[in-house]
Amino acid sequence: MTGKARRKAKQPGFRRNRNPVTWLLRHAQMALAALGRLAQQPLGTLMTAAVIGIAIALPSGLYLLVNNVRDLTGSWDGGSSISLFLNQSLSDQQARGVREVIARRDDVAEARLISRQQALKEFRQRSGFGEALDLLDHNPLPAVILVRPSRIASSALATERLAKTLEGFREIDLVRVDLQWVRRLEAITRTLERGILVLSGLLSAAVLLIVGNTIRLEIQNRHNEIEVVKLVGATDAFIRRPFLYEGVWYGLLGALIAILLVTAGLGLMQDPVQRLAGLYQSGFDLDILTSGALLTILTGGPLLGLLGAWLAVGRHLSRIQPE
Amino acid sequence: MIRFDNVAKRYATGREGLAGASLHLAPGEMAFVTGHSGAGKSTLLKLIGLLERATRGQVWVNGRNLNKLRQRDVPYHRREVGMIFQDHRLLHGRTVFDNIALPLVVAGMGHQEIQRRVRAALDKVDLLGKERSHPVSLSGGEQQRVGIARALVSKPPVLLADEPTGNLDPELSREIMELFLQFNQVGVTMLIATHDVALVERLGKRIIQLREGRILHDTGAPA
Ligand SMILES: Nc1ncnc2c1ncn2[C@@H]1O[C@H](COP(=O)(O)OP(=O)(O)OP(=O)(O)O)[C@@H](O)[C@H]1O
Ligand SMILES: [Mg+2]
Repeated sequence: MTGKARRKAKQPGFRRNRNPVTWLLRHAQMALAALGRLAQQPLGTLMTAAVIGIAIALPSGLYLLVNNVRDLTGSWDGGSSISLFLNQSLSDQQARGVREVIARRDDVAEARLISRQQALKEFRQRSGFGEALDLLDHNPLPAVILVRPSRIASSALATERLAKTLEGFREIDLVRVDLQWVRRLEAITRTLERGILVLSGLLSAAVLLIVGNTIRLEIQNRHNEIEVVKLVGATDAFIRRPFLYEGVWYGLLGALIAILLVTAGLGLMQDPVQRLAGLYQSGFDLDILTSGALLTILTGGPLLGLLGAWLAVGRHLSRIQPE
Repeated sequence: MIRFDNVAKRYATGREGLAGASLHLAPGEMAFVTGHSGAGKSTLLKLIGLLERATRGQVWVNGRNLNKLRQRDVPYHRREVGMIFQDHRLLHGRTVFDNIALPLVVAGMGHQEIQRRVRAALDKVDLLGKERSHPVSLSGGEQQRVGIARALVSKPPVLLADEPTGNLDPELSREIMELFLQFNQVGVTMLIATHDVALVERLGKRIIQLREGRILHDTGAPA
Protein backbone atom coordinates (compact mmCIF):
# COMPACT_ATOMS: atom_id res chain seq x y z
CA MET A 1 0.00 0.00 0.00
CA THR A 2 1.31 3.44 -0.83
CA GLY A 3 1.54 6.12 1.79
CA LYS A 4 -1.18 8.12 0.12
CA ALA A 5 -3.61 5.22 0.06
CA ARG A 6 -2.94 4.46 3.71
CA ARG A 7 -3.69 8.01 4.67
CA LYS A 8 -6.93 7.91 2.70
CA ALA A 9 -7.95 4.71 4.44
CA LYS A 10 -7.32 6.25 7.83
CA GLN A 11 -9.20 9.46 7.02
CA PRO A 12 -12.94 8.86 6.61
CA GLY A 13 -14.17 10.37 3.33
CA PHE A 14 -16.94 12.90 2.85
CA ARG A 15 -20.32 12.05 1.43
CA ARG A 16 -20.84 13.99 -1.77
CA ASN A 17 -24.44 14.55 -2.64
CA ARG A 18 -24.84 14.50 -6.41
CA ASN A 19 -28.39 14.25 -7.63
CA PRO A 20 -28.12 15.04 -11.36
CA VAL A 21 -31.63 16.47 -11.64
CA THR A 22 -31.11 18.83 -8.73
CA TRP A 23 -27.71 19.72 -10.11
CA LEU A 24 -29.11 20.62 -13.52
CA LEU A 25 -31.91 22.59 -11.94
CA ARG A 26 -29.39 24.54 -9.87
CA HIS A 27 -27.40 25.31 -12.99
CA ALA A 28 -30.47 26.64 -14.77
CA GLN A 29 -31.35 28.68 -11.69
CA MET A 30 -27.85 30.11 -11.45
CA ALA A 31 -27.82 30.99 -15.14
CA LEU A 32 -31.11 32.83 -14.81
CA ALA A 33 -30.03 34.52 -11.58
CA ALA A 34 -26.87 35.73 -13.31
CA LEU A 35 -28.95 37.15 -16.15
CA GLY A 36 -31.22 38.76 -13.58
CA ARG A 37 -28.25 40.45 -11.91
CA LEU A 38 -27.14 41.83 -15.27
CA ALA A 39 -30.66 43.07 -15.94
CA GLN A 40 -30.63 44.95 -12.64
CA GLN A 41 -27.98 47.28 -14.04
CA PRO A 42 -29.14 47.58 -17.64
CA LEU A 43 -26.96 50.55 -18.53
CA GLY A 44 -23.71 49.11 -17.23
CA THR A 45 -24.48 45.74 -18.75
CA LEU A 46 -25.35 47.27 -22.10
CA MET A 47 -22.16 49.31 -22.15
CA THR A 48 -19.98 46.32 -21.40
CA ALA A 49 -21.87 44.22 -23.95
CA ALA A 50 -21.57 47.00 -26.54
CA VAL A 51 -17.81 47.17 -26.14
CA ILE A 52 -17.63 43.40 -26.54
CA GLY A 53 -19.97 43.66 -29.52
CA ILE A 54 -17.80 46.20 -31.28
CA ALA A 55 -14.70 44.15 -30.58
CA ILE A 56 -16.34 41.12 -32.18
CA ALA A 57 -18.03 43.03 -35.00
CA LEU A 58 -14.85 44.61 -36.30
CA PRO A 59 -12.94 41.49 -37.35
CA SER A 60 -16.16 39.67 -38.29
CA GLY A 61 -17.26 42.45 -40.60
CA LEU A 62 -13.85 42.76 -42.21
CA TYR A 63 -13.65 39.03 -42.65
CA LEU A 64 -16.99 38.94 -44.42
CA LEU A 65 -15.93 41.83 -46.62
CA VAL A 66 -12.75 40.08 -47.69
CA ASN A 67 -14.71 36.90 -48.28
CA ASN A 68 -17.03 38.84 -50.53
CA VAL A 69 -14.14 40.35 -52.43
CA ARG A 70 -12.72 36.90 -53.01
CA ASP A 71 -16.04 35.72 -54.39
CA LEU A 72 -16.06 38.77 -56.61
CA THR A 73 -12.86 37.76 -58.36
CA GLY A 74 -14.71 34.80 -59.80
CA SER A 75 -17.52 36.83 -61.22
CA TRP A 76 -15.49 39.67 -62.65
CA ASP A 77 -14.75 39.48 -66.36
CA GLY A 78 -11.05 39.44 -66.84
CA GLY A 79 -10.41 37.84 -63.51
CA SER A 80 -8.11 35.43 -65.23
CA SER A 81 -7.96 34.29 -68.82
CA ILE A 82 -6.34 31.52 -70.80
CA SER A 83 -5.40 31.86 -74.49
CA LEU A 84 -5.28 28.63 -76.47
CA PHE A 85 -3.32 28.75 -79.74
CA LEU A 86 -4.67 26.04 -82.01
CA ASN A 87 -2.68 23.89 -84.36
CA GLN A 88 -2.36 25.52 -87.81
CA SER A 89 -3.48 22.38 -89.56
CA LEU A 90 -6.96 22.57 -88.05
CA SER A 91 -9.84 23.54 -90.30
CA ASP A 92 -12.32 26.17 -89.18
CA GLN A 93 -14.83 23.41 -88.68
CA GLN A 94 -12.46 21.50 -86.41
CA ALA A 95 -11.58 24.66 -84.48
CA ARG A 96 -15.24 25.27 -83.78
CA GLY A 97 -15.50 21.70 -82.54
CA VAL A 98 -12.65 22.19 -80.12
CA ARG A 99 -14.24 25.40 -78.81
CA GLU A 100 -17.48 23.59 -78.19
CA VAL A 101 -15.79 20.80 -76.26
CA ILE A 102 -13.99 23.32 -74.07
CA ALA A 103 -17.04 25.54 -73.57
CA ARG A 104 -18.96 22.56 -72.26
CA ARG A 105 -16.53 22.02 -69.34
CA ASP A 106 -17.92 23.20 -66.01
CA ASP A 107 -14.66 24.87 -65.02
CA VAL A 108 -15.01 27.07 -68.09
CA ALA A 109 -17.39 30.00 -68.05
CA GLU A 110 -16.85 31.14 -71.58
CA ALA A 111 -14.78 30.11 -74.58
CA ARG A 112 -14.54 32.46 -77.57
CA LEU A 113 -13.03 31.39 -80.86
CA ILE A 114 -11.00 33.80 -82.97
CA SER A 115 -10.60 32.11 -86.33
CA ARG A 116 -7.43 32.48 -88.41
CA GLN A 117 -9.15 34.96 -90.75
CA GLN A 118 -10.43 37.05 -87.87
CA ALA A 119 -7.03 37.00 -86.29
CA LEU A 120 -5.47 38.19 -89.47
CA LYS A 121 -8.01 40.98 -89.84
CA GLU A 122 -7.46 42.20 -86.32
CA PHE A 123 -3.73 42.05 -86.72
CA ARG A 124 -3.91 44.09 -89.89
CA GLN A 125 -6.03 46.75 -88.25
CA ARG A 126 -4.03 47.01 -85.10
CA SER A 127 -0.46 46.52 -86.10
CA GLY A 128 -0.18 48.45 -89.35
CA PHE A 129 1.91 45.61 -90.77
CA GLY A 130 -0.81 44.79 -93.26
CA GLU A 131 1.41 45.18 -96.35
CA ALA A 132 4.09 42.99 -94.87
CA LEU A 133 1.55 40.24 -94.37
CA ASP A 134 0.46 40.53 -97.98
CA LEU A 135 3.92 39.44 -99.00
CA LEU A 136 3.39 36.08 -97.38
CA ASP A 137 1.58 33.52 -99.42
CA HIS A 138 -0.33 32.11 -96.49
CA ASN A 139 -1.89 33.29 -93.19
CA PRO A 140 0.79 32.79 -90.50
CA LEU A 141 -1.58 33.35 -87.57
CA PRO A 142 -3.15 30.45 -85.66
CA ALA A 143 -6.74 30.36 -84.51
CA VAL A 144 -7.13 31.30 -80.85
CA ILE A 145 -9.67 30.30 -78.23
CA LEU A 146 -10.01 32.74 -75.33
CA VAL A 147 -11.11 30.87 -72.22
CA ARG A 148 -12.55 32.48 -69.11
CA PRO A 149 -12.53 30.04 -66.19
CA SER A 150 -15.76 29.67 -64.26
CA ARG A 151 -16.10 30.42 -60.55
CA ILE A 152 -14.88 27.02 -59.45
CA ALA A 153 -11.62 27.51 -61.35
CA SER A 154 -11.16 31.18 -60.58
CA SER A 155 -8.26 30.85 -58.13
CA ALA A 156 -4.74 31.06 -59.53
CA LEU A 157 -4.11 27.44 -58.67
CA ALA A 158 -7.30 26.14 -60.25
CA THR A 159 -6.76 28.25 -63.36
CA GLU A 160 -3.32 26.79 -63.74
CA ARG A 161 -4.67 23.32 -63.31
CA LEU A 162 -7.21 24.02 -66.05
CA ALA A 163 -4.45 25.31 -68.31
CA LYS A 164 -2.44 22.12 -67.71
CA THR A 165 -5.42 20.01 -68.74
CA LEU A 166 -5.95 22.02 -71.88
CA GLU A 167 -2.28 21.69 -72.77
CA GLY A 168 -2.93 17.98 -73.12
CA PHE A 169 -5.26 18.55 -76.06
CA ARG A 170 -3.73 17.37 -79.32
CA GLU A 171 -5.33 20.28 -81.22
CA ILE A 172 -3.74 22.89 -79.00
CA ASP A 173 -0.18 23.97 -79.70
CA LEU A 174 0.32 26.55 -77.00
CA VAL A 175 -1.45 27.62 -73.83
CA ARG A 176 -0.88 31.03 -72.34
CA VAL A 177 -2.28 31.90 -68.95
CA ASP A 178 -2.77 35.44 -67.77
CA LEU A 179 -2.81 35.29 -64.01
CA GLN A 180 -1.39 38.69 -63.08
CA TRP A 181 -4.62 40.15 -61.81
CA VAL A 182 -5.76 37.04 -60.01
CA ARG A 183 -2.39 36.61 -58.34
CA ARG A 184 -2.41 40.19 -57.21
CA LEU A 185 -5.90 39.95 -55.82
CA GLU A 186 -5.12 36.73 -54.05
CA ALA A 187 -2.06 38.26 -52.48
CA ILE A 188 -4.11 41.22 -51.33
CA THR A 189 -6.85 39.07 -49.82
CA ARG A 190 -4.28 36.88 -48.12
CA THR A 191 -2.62 39.92 -46.58
CA LEU A 192 -5.99 41.23 -45.45
CA GLU A 193 -6.88 37.86 -43.97
CA ARG A 194 -3.66 37.79 -42.03
CA GLY A 195 -4.34 41.30 -40.82
CA ILE A 196 -7.80 40.32 -39.72
CA LEU A 197 -6.38 37.33 -37.89
CA VAL A 198 -4.02 39.58 -35.96
CA LEU A 199 -6.84 42.02 -35.30
CA SER A 200 -9.08 39.17 -34.11
CA GLY A 201 -6.39 38.05 -31.71
CA LEU A 202 -5.94 41.52 -30.29
CA LEU A 203 -9.64 42.19 -29.96
CA SER A 204 -10.26 38.77 -28.41
CA ALA A 205 -7.68 39.69 -25.80
CA ALA A 206 -9.56 42.95 -25.33
CA VAL A 207 -12.81 41.05 -24.77
CA LEU A 208 -11.08 38.83 -22.21
CA LEU A 209 -9.82 41.90 -20.38
CA ILE A 210 -13.19 43.64 -20.45
CA VAL A 211 -15.10 40.63 -19.16
CA GLY A 212 -12.32 39.84 -16.69
CA ASN A 213 -12.37 43.34 -15.26
CA THR A 214 -16.16 43.44 -15.06
CA ILE A 215 -16.21 40.13 -13.23
CA ARG A 216 -13.41 41.27 -10.94
CA LEU A 217 -15.49 44.27 -9.87
CA GLU A 218 -18.48 42.00 -9.41
CA ILE A 219 -16.45 39.72 -7.16
CA GLN A 220 -15.35 42.71 -5.10
CA ASN A 221 -18.94 43.88 -4.76
CA ARG A 222 -20.05 40.48 -3.56
CA HIS A 223 -17.08 39.95 -1.27
CA ASN A 224 -19.27 39.59 1.79
CA GLU A 225 -21.60 37.10 0.14
CA ILE A 226 -18.69 34.97 -1.03
CA GLU A 227 -17.31 34.85 2.51
CA VAL A 228 -20.62 33.73 3.91
CA VAL A 229 -21.23 30.97 1.36
CA LYS A 230 -17.70 29.73 1.97
CA LEU A 231 -18.51 29.62 5.68
CA VAL A 232 -21.49 27.36 5.13
CA GLY A 233 -19.50 24.95 2.99
CA ALA A 234 -19.72 26.10 -0.62
CA THR A 235 -17.14 24.52 -2.91
CA ASP A 236 -15.03 26.71 -5.16
CA ALA A 237 -16.91 25.33 -8.15
CA PHE A 238 -20.20 26.44 -6.63
CA ILE A 239 -18.91 29.93 -5.93
CA ARG A 240 -17.34 30.24 -9.36
CA ARG A 241 -20.46 29.25 -11.27
CA PRO A 242 -22.54 32.44 -11.06
CA PHE A 243 -19.58 34.50 -12.22
CA LEU A 244 -18.90 32.17 -15.12
CA TYR A 245 -22.53 32.43 -16.14
CA GLU A 246 -22.27 36.20 -16.04
CA GLY A 247 -19.26 35.98 -18.32
CA VAL A 248 -21.20 33.78 -20.74
CA TRP A 249 -24.14 36.20 -20.75
CA TYR A 250 -21.87 39.16 -21.42
CA GLY A 251 -20.31 37.24 -24.29
CA LEU A 252 -23.68 36.27 -25.72
CA LEU A 253 -25.06 39.81 -25.47
CA GLY A 254 -21.88 41.06 -27.09
CA ALA A 255 -22.25 38.52 -29.89
CA LEU A 256 -25.84 39.59 -30.53
CA ILE A 257 -24.79 43.22 -30.67
CA ALA A 258 -21.96 42.28 -33.02
CA ILE A 259 -24.40 40.53 -35.38
CA LEU A 260 -26.59 43.61 -35.35
CA LEU A 261 -23.63 45.86 -36.11
CA VAL A 262 -22.27 43.67 -38.90
CA THR A 263 -25.67 43.30 -40.52
CA ALA A 264 -26.25 47.04 -40.38
CA GLY A 265 -22.73 47.74 -41.67
CA LEU A 266 -23.03 45.36 -44.61
CA GLY A 267 -26.45 46.78 -45.35
CA LEU A 268 -24.98 50.25 -45.61
CA MET A 269 -22.32 48.99 -48.03
CA GLN A 270 -24.76 47.15 -50.27
CA ASP A 271 -25.48 50.12 -52.55
CA PRO A 272 -21.94 51.34 -53.21
CA VAL A 273 -20.71 47.77 -53.69
CA GLN A 274 -23.38 47.10 -56.27
CA ARG A 275 -22.41 50.28 -58.10
CA LEU A 276 -18.79 49.22 -58.01
CA ALA A 277 -19.66 45.77 -59.30
CA GLY A 278 -21.69 47.41 -62.04
CA LEU A 279 -18.57 49.17 -63.27
CA TYR A 280 -17.02 45.77 -63.84
CA GLN A 281 -20.08 44.58 -65.75
CA SER A 282 -20.99 42.22 -63.01
CA GLY A 283 -24.20 41.85 -61.09
CA PHE A 284 -23.22 41.22 -57.49
CA ASP A 285 -24.96 41.00 -54.15
CA LEU A 286 -22.99 41.45 -50.98
CA ASP A 287 -23.46 38.33 -48.87
CA ILE A 288 -25.03 39.05 -45.52
CA LEU A 289 -23.85 36.94 -42.57
CA THR A 290 -23.74 33.30 -43.54
CA SER A 291 -25.02 30.68 -41.11
CA GLY A 292 -21.42 29.60 -40.51
CA ALA A 293 -20.36 33.11 -39.56
CA LEU A 294 -23.42 33.48 -37.33
CA LEU A 295 -22.58 30.25 -35.56
CA THR A 296 -18.97 31.31 -35.09
CA ILE A 297 -19.96 34.62 -33.54
CA LEU A 298 -22.68 33.10 -31.38
CA THR A 299 -20.37 30.47 -29.93
CA GLY A 300 -17.18 32.54 -29.95
CA GLY A 301 -18.70 35.41 -27.95
CA PRO A 302 -19.94 33.32 -25.02
CA LEU A 303 -16.73 31.28 -25.07
CA LEU A 304 -14.63 34.43 -24.78
CA GLY A 305 -16.92 35.64 -21.99
CA LEU A 306 -16.54 32.34 -20.17
CA LEU A 307 -12.78 32.41 -20.52
CA GLY A 308 -12.52 36.02 -19.35
CA ALA A 309 -14.67 35.28 -16.32
CA TRP A 310 -12.67 32.14 -15.61
CA LEU A 311 -9.41 34.07 -15.59
CA ALA A 312 -10.82 36.72 -13.25
CA VAL A 313 -12.44 34.20 -10.94
CA GLY A 314 -9.29 32.10 -10.73
CA ARG A 315 -7.26 35.12 -9.74
CA HIS A 316 -9.60 36.82 -7.31
CA LEU A 317 -11.85 34.22 -5.72
CA SER A 318 -9.19 32.32 -3.82
CA ARG A 319 -8.11 35.56 -2.13
CA ILE A 320 -11.43 35.78 -0.36
CA GLN A 321 -11.38 33.65 2.76
CA PRO A 322 -13.79 33.90 5.66
CA GLU A 323 -12.42 34.78 9.05
CA MET B 1 -15.69 14.34 18.43
CA ILE B 2 -13.21 17.19 18.83
CA ARG B 3 -9.64 16.67 19.93
CA PHE B 4 -6.76 19.11 20.25
CA ASP B 5 -3.27 17.69 20.71
CA ASN B 6 -0.91 20.41 21.92
CA VAL B 7 -2.24 22.84 19.31
CA ALA B 8 -0.64 26.20 18.66
CA LYS B 9 -1.64 28.89 16.21
CA ARG B 10 0.84 31.60 15.37
CA TYR B 11 -0.63 34.33 13.17
CA ALA B 12 1.31 35.95 10.35
CA THR B 13 1.91 38.90 12.65
CA GLY B 14 3.88 36.63 14.97
CA ARG B 15 1.18 36.71 17.64
CA GLU B 16 0.17 33.42 19.15
CA GLY B 17 -3.62 32.98 19.23
CA LEU B 18 -3.19 29.60 20.79
CA ALA B 19 0.01 28.43 22.47
CA GLY B 20 -0.26 24.70 23.03
CA ALA B 21 -3.74 23.55 23.99
CA SER B 22 -4.97 19.99 24.45
CA LEU B 23 -8.57 19.02 24.98
CA HIS B 24 -11.11 16.38 24.07
CA LEU B 25 -14.83 16.76 23.53
CA ALA B 26 -16.86 13.55 23.37
CA PRO B 27 -19.71 13.26 20.87
CA GLY B 28 -22.79 14.96 22.25
CA GLU B 29 -20.80 16.91 24.81
CA MET B 30 -21.40 20.61 25.44
CA ALA B 31 -18.72 22.98 26.66
CA PHE B 32 -18.13 26.70 27.06
CA VAL B 33 -14.87 28.45 26.31
CA THR B 34 -14.23 31.48 28.48
CA GLY B 35 -11.37 33.85 29.05
CA HIS B 36 -10.38 37.48 28.73
CA SER B 37 -10.30 39.28 25.47
CA GLY B 38 -7.40 37.99 23.44
CA ALA B 39 -7.20 34.73 25.37
CA GLY B 40 -7.66 32.71 22.19
CA LYS B 41 -11.35 31.72 22.29
CA SER B 42 -12.08 32.70 18.70
CA THR B 43 -8.83 31.15 17.54
CA LEU B 44 -9.83 27.84 19.07
CA LEU B 45 -13.17 27.83 17.26
CA LYS B 46 -11.63 28.96 13.98
CA LEU B 47 -9.26 26.02 14.04
CA ILE B 48 -12.22 23.66 14.34
CA GLY B 49 -14.09 25.31 11.43
CA LEU B 50 -10.86 25.49 9.44
CA LEU B 51 -11.06 29.27 9.17
CA GLU B 52 -7.46 28.99 10.30
CA ARG B 53 -5.04 26.11 10.28
CA ALA B 54 -2.93 25.05 13.25
CA THR B 55 0.75 25.90 13.04
CA ARG B 56 1.65 23.20 15.56
CA GLY B 57 -0.06 20.13 17.01
CA GLN B 58 -3.02 18.25 15.65
CA VAL B 59 -6.72 19.00 15.47
CA TRP B 60 -9.21 16.16 15.06
CA VAL B 61 -12.87 16.69 14.26
CA ASN B 62 -15.40 13.95 13.57
CA GLY B 63 -12.65 11.35 13.16
CA ARG B 64 -10.60 13.37 10.70
CA ASN B 65 -7.21 14.93 11.17
CA LEU B 66 -7.71 18.49 9.98
CA ASN B 67 -3.98 18.95 9.38
CA LYS B 68 -4.21 16.38 6.64
CA LEU B 69 -7.41 17.66 5.10
CA ARG B 70 -6.87 18.86 1.55
CA GLN B 71 -8.01 22.35 0.68
CA ARG B 72 -10.69 21.07 -1.67
CA ASP B 73 -12.22 19.03 1.16
CA VAL B 74 -12.56 22.05 3.44
CA PRO B 75 -16.10 22.90 2.17
CA TYR B 76 -17.26 19.38 2.98
CA HIS B 77 -15.74 19.65 6.43
CA ARG B 78 -17.55 22.95 7.03
CA ARG B 79 -20.86 21.29 6.19
CA GLU B 80 -20.35 19.12 9.27
CA VAL B 81 -19.57 22.09 11.49
CA GLY B 82 -22.31 24.67 12.02
CA MET B 83 -20.92 28.10 12.95
CA ILE B 84 -22.67 30.93 14.76
CA PHE B 85 -21.14 34.39 15.08
CA GLN B 86 -21.70 37.43 17.23
CA ASP B 87 -22.25 39.55 14.11
CA HIS B 88 -24.55 36.88 12.59
CA ARG B 89 -22.93 37.05 9.13
CA LEU B 90 -26.26 37.08 7.34
CA LEU B 91 -26.81 38.11 3.73
CA HIS B 92 -28.79 41.31 3.87
CA GLY B 93 -29.96 41.17 0.28
CA ARG B 94 -31.81 37.91 0.89
CA THR B 95 -34.83 36.85 2.86
CA VAL B 96 -34.67 34.99 6.16
CA PHE B 97 -35.73 31.85 4.32
CA ASP B 98 -32.95 32.14 1.74
CA ASN B 99 -30.38 32.83 4.44
CA ILE B 100 -31.31 29.73 6.36
CA ALA B 101 -31.51 27.63 3.17
CA LEU B 102 -27.99 28.61 2.13
CA PRO B 103 -26.11 25.60 3.59
CA LEU B 104 -28.60 23.24 1.95
CA VAL B 105 -28.45 24.98 -1.43
CA VAL B 106 -24.68 24.88 -1.28
CA ALA B 107 -24.81 21.15 -0.54
CA GLY B 108 -26.99 20.55 -3.59
CA MET B 109 -30.15 19.52 -1.76
CA GLY B 110 -33.48 19.24 -3.58
CA HIS B 111 -36.09 21.95 -3.46
CA GLN B 112 -38.71 20.10 -1.41
CA GLU B 113 -36.27 18.84 1.17
CA ILE B 114 -34.99 22.39 1.58
CA GLN B 115 -38.51 23.71 2.15
CA ARG B 116 -39.14 21.07 4.78
CA ARG B 117 -35.87 21.53 6.62
CA VAL B 118 -35.90 25.32 6.63
CA ARG B 119 -39.40 25.31 8.06
CA ALA B 120 -38.32 22.88 10.78
CA ALA B 121 -35.34 25.10 11.61
CA LEU B 122 -37.53 28.21 11.68
CA ASP B 123 -39.84 26.42 14.05
CA LYS B 124 -36.99 25.48 16.37
CA VAL B 125 -35.79 29.08 16.73
CA ASP B 126 -39.38 30.33 16.88
CA LEU B 127 -39.25 32.44 13.73
CA LEU B 128 -42.08 30.90 11.69
CA GLY B 129 -43.84 33.75 9.94
CA LYS B 130 -40.66 35.76 9.48
CA GLU B 131 -39.31 33.77 6.56
CA ARG B 132 -40.17 36.41 3.94
CA SER B 133 -38.63 39.24 5.99
CA HIS B 134 -35.19 40.62 5.36
CA PRO B 135 -32.62 40.43 8.17
CA VAL B 136 -32.39 44.24 8.54
CA SER B 137 -36.05 44.38 9.53
CA LEU B 138 -35.42 42.02 12.45
CA SER B 139 -34.24 42.76 15.99
CA GLY B 140 -30.75 41.74 17.10
CA GLY B 141 -32.12 38.70 18.92
CA GLU B 142 -34.12 37.64 15.90
CA GLN B 143 -31.15 38.06 13.61
CA GLN B 144 -29.11 35.90 15.93
CA ARG B 145 -31.81 33.25 15.79
CA VAL B 146 -31.68 33.35 11.99
CA GLY B 147 -27.94 32.76 12.24
CA ILE B 148 -28.57 29.84 14.60
CA ALA B 149 -31.22 28.36 12.30
CA ARG B 150 -28.77 28.56 9.42
CA ALA B 151 -26.13 26.75 11.46
CA LEU B 152 -28.39 23.89 12.46
CA VAL B 153 -30.53 23.49 9.33
CA SER B 154 -28.14 20.96 7.80
CA LYS B 155 -28.08 19.01 11.08
CA PRO B 156 -24.31 19.14 11.54
CA PRO B 157 -22.88 16.92 14.28
CA VAL B 158 -20.87 19.87 15.62
CA LEU B 159 -22.10 23.37 16.39
CA LEU B 160 -19.74 26.24 17.23
CA ALA B 161 -20.82 29.62 18.55
CA ASP B 162 -18.50 32.59 19.03
CA GLU B 163 -20.04 34.96 21.58
CA PRO B 164 -23.56 34.32 20.34
CA THR B 165 -25.04 36.51 23.08
CA GLY B 166 -22.45 39.27 22.96
CA ASN B 167 -24.90 41.95 21.88
CA LEU B 168 -28.03 40.68 23.57
CA ASP B 169 -29.68 41.62 26.86
CA PRO B 170 -29.64 39.04 29.70
CA GLU B 171 -33.20 37.91 28.96
CA LEU B 172 -32.43 37.14 25.28
CA SER B 173 -29.07 35.65 26.20
CA ARG B 174 -30.77 33.14 28.45
CA GLU B 175 -33.24 32.23 25.70
CA ILE B 176 -30.42 31.58 23.27
CA MET B 177 -28.59 29.44 25.78
CA GLU B 178 -31.80 27.48 26.39
CA LEU B 179 -31.94 26.84 22.68
CA PHE B 180 -28.38 25.51 22.72
CA LEU B 181 -29.18 23.22 25.61
CA GLN B 182 -32.07 21.82 23.57
CA PHE B 183 -29.84 21.14 20.58
CA ASN B 184 -27.33 19.45 22.83
CA GLN B 185 -30.08 17.23 24.20
CA VAL B 186 -30.65 15.78 20.73
CA GLY B 187 -26.97 14.87 20.47
CA VAL B 188 -25.23 17.83 18.86
CA THR B 189 -21.70 18.44 20.10
CA MET B 190 -21.50 22.10 21.10
CA LEU B 191 -18.67 24.48 21.80
CA ILE B 192 -19.56 28.03 22.75
CA ALA B 193 -17.15 30.89 23.36
CA THR B 194 -18.42 33.59 25.69
CA HIS B 195 -17.48 36.33 28.13
CA ASP B 196 -20.57 35.79 30.19
CA VAL B 197 -19.12 33.65 32.97
CA ALA B 198 -22.03 34.25 35.33
CA LEU B 199 -24.60 32.94 32.85
CA VAL B 200 -22.47 29.95 31.95
CA GLU B 201 -21.76 28.89 35.50
CA ARG B 202 -25.47 28.68 36.22
CA LEU B 203 -25.92 26.14 33.39
CA GLY B 204 -23.60 23.63 35.04
CA LYS B 205 -21.89 22.57 31.82
CA ARG B 206 -18.23 22.01 31.18
CA ILE B 207 -16.15 25.20 31.12
CA ILE B 208 -12.78 25.53 29.44
CA GLN B 209 -11.00 28.65 30.63
CA LEU B 210 -8.28 30.13 28.45
CA ARG B 211 -5.58 32.64 29.21
CA GLU B 212 -2.96 33.81 26.75
CA GLY B 213 -3.55 30.89 24.44
CA ARG B 214 -3.31 28.21 27.09
CA ILE B 215 -5.93 26.25 28.96
CA LEU B 216 -5.95 27.64 32.47
CA HIS B 217 -8.72 25.48 33.79
CA ASP B 218 -11.01 22.82 32.34
CA THR B 219 -13.88 21.54 34.48
CA GLY B 220 -14.32 18.55 32.20
CA ALA B 221 -10.71 17.48 31.84
CA PRO B 222 -9.92 13.93 32.95
CA ALA B 223 -8.36 14.05 36.37
N1 LIG C 1 -6.10 37.36 12.18
C1 LIG C 1 -5.23 37.61 13.18
N2 LIG C 1 -4.01 38.07 12.88
C2 LIG C 1 -3.13 38.33 13.86
N3 LIG C 1 -3.36 38.12 15.15
C3 LIG C 1 -4.57 37.67 15.51
C4 LIG C 1 -5.57 37.38 14.54
N4 LIG C 1 -6.66 36.93 15.17
C5 LIG C 1 -6.36 36.93 16.48
N5 LIG C 1 -5.12 37.38 16.70
C6 LIG C 1 -4.45 37.48 17.99
O1 LIG C 1 -4.52 36.23 18.65
C7 LIG C 1 -4.84 36.39 20.00
C8 LIG C 1 -6.10 35.63 20.35
O2 LIG C 1 -7.18 36.20 19.62
P1 LIG C 1 -8.64 35.64 19.69
O3 LIG C 1 -9.46 36.38 18.69
O4 LIG C 1 -8.61 34.18 19.59
O5 LIG C 1 -9.09 36.06 21.15
P2 LIG C 1 -10.50 35.97 21.85
O6 LIG C 1 -10.32 35.22 23.07
O7 LIG C 1 -11.51 35.52 20.88
O8 LIG C 1 -10.77 37.51 22.18
P3 LIG C 1 -12.15 38.30 22.23
O9 LIG C 1 -12.80 37.93 23.52
O10 LIG C 1 -11.74 39.72 22.21
O11 LIG C 1 -12.91 37.91 21.03
C9 LIG C 1 -4.95 37.88 20.23
O12 LIG C 1 -3.74 38.34 20.77
C10 LIG C 1 -5.17 38.46 18.85
O13 LIG C 1 -4.56 39.73 18.75
MG1 LIG D 1 -13.19 36.36 19.95
